[in-house]
Amino acid sequence: MAIPRFWREIDSRYNLVGTRCGNCGDIDFPPRSVCPKCGRKSLGKMERLQLSGHGTVVSYTVVHDAPSGFEAIRPYSLAIIELEEGARLTSQVIDCDPAEIGIGMPVEAVFRKLGEEGESGIIHYGYKFRPSGKAPPMEGQD
Amino acid sequence: MAGEVAIVGAGQSRFGVLKEGIKSLFAQAFFECLDSVDKGMDPRQVQEAFVGSMSFGGGQLGNLAALMTEQVGLTHIPARKVENACASSSYALRDAWFALHSGMLDVVLVAGVEKMTDLPSDRRRYWLGVSGDTEWERLAGTTFAGLYALMASRHMHEYGTKRESLAQVAVKNHRYASHNPKAHFQRPIKLEQVLEAPMLAQPLTLYDSCPVSDGASALLLTRAELAKSFTDSPVYIQASSGASDFLALHDREDITRVDGTVKAAKEAYRQAHLSPGEVDMAEIHDAFTIGEIMALEDLGFCSKGQGGVWTLEGRTEIGGDIAVNTSGGLKAKGHPLGATGAGQVVEVFKQLRSEAEKARQVSGAEVALTHNVGGSGATVAVHIFSR
Ligand SMILES: [Zn+2]
Repeated sequence: MAIPRFWREIDSRYNLVGTRCGNCGDIDFPPRSVCPKCGRKSLGKMERLQLSGHGTVVSYTVVHDAPSGFEAIRPYSLAIIELEEGARLTSQVIDCDPAEIGIGMPVEAVFRKLGEEGESGIIHYGYKFRPSGKAPPMEGQD
Repeated sequence: MAGEVAIVGAGQSRFGVLKEGIKSLFAQAFFECLDSVDKGMDPRQVQEAFVGSMSFGGGQLGNLAALMTEQVGLTHIPARKVENACASSSYALRDAWFALHSGMLDVVLVAGVEKMTDLPSDRRRYWLGVSGDTEWERLAGTTFAGLYALMASRHMHEYGTKRESLAQVAVKNHRYASHNPKAHFQRPIKLEQVLEAPMLAQPLTLYDSCPVSDGASALLLTRAELAKSFTDSPVYIQASSGASDFLALHDREDITRVDGTVKAAKEAYRQAHLSPGEVDMAEIHDAFTIGEIMALEDLGFCSKGQGGVWTLEGRTEIGGDIAVNTSGGLKAKGHPLGATGAGQVVEVFKQLRSEAEKARQVSGAEVALTHNVGGSGATVAVHIFSR
């Protein structure tokens, strides 16, 4: 991933910032510039929203056959997580044995290294999730 | 609208790890297709070409359709590539269907081609992922298998779908592929082999996944009133529909169904004036075994959550309620992305004309359906055919 693209997304990746539609109130993560439900009525009304980082597992898997850049950490757990605000996202689940993960399990966001850019060696950071209650969530966040 | 477009010829190369390049694969499919036209067709009668391809690996990204057509002698006709992930040639078919309906054209070529096995495995993995949500799924570490595994886990959780049901899809489709000389895999497999194969993404193993295949497929279409001058047994397109959905799985309301499939199927049945129970055979998108189980439900063949049970009970086999993936499906016939959709129609063409190999012929099949998905469900095409 090129640096400009990562920079564009940095607020969401580092701080879990999503959007709330000023028209219907729906909350999205990753952020959207247009609400899929409201279309043009939402233009200019998509407010930035700091998400709490607390959620539950909707579904999960353990990836054994990893894409390039992820080989070093395989096998790793991956889940769709529904945040308490209602938005869903895809994230790795860490700090627990894959066998411990289950649908409905409460999880919380933490800030971690995501991966390395293959050719240029750039290291990316962003959110991952772990079982709730292991330590304070999202260090560096107020 | 229904039945106004006919298929008068169909052919394909073998699907698999092949030494030939795209030109040669395309030529094999095209000439087999041309030769299948019972009363013959002069290639100069082909007025326009619609070629589905992902240009996997980036090879011949531009001008692919012109290159494919000129090298089989279809020089100077308008030709375009249609790219819509793994559903590319189903959308090429849909575009051709529109063109013939408009009355502007009489005879067109629909084809698909993909060369996948030239790439080293890490580049393959990259290209297999390009139809997913790049920014928010792939950067978390998702893979194609991983996305289907997320669907499978939730489906098993909500409906009690058994691991064995998923494996049985692979067993069934390998068995049919073993009777299809064009299929990537030529050998039947046992349930235990699926369960014990290397894990891709829990619960899916290597044998729950389609292979990476090379291949090409081709169809010749005409307006229905012209069909009988080419063959006494044309296959009619009774419906063509498509639908899109959110790219990222996490943006969809319910990951145990593919809304694109539900929507496209509904529209297809409406066009064809048919109900799911009237379909005799279906080629459905089983890139991963869970895909076939979910599609059985989303296409309305069985009720929600019953796809696994139907599979274990043999209701999706020849002689059951509906014969599914008699070609071997993507799972075992192979999945050369851009060639897959038109390849499904090649099977339908053979089945509805009772020309399939005996061991996998659905006797008296009159109505057939194809279901082709791009990515994990962002793009869907459904077509219905009749004799
Ligand atoms: Zn809205």
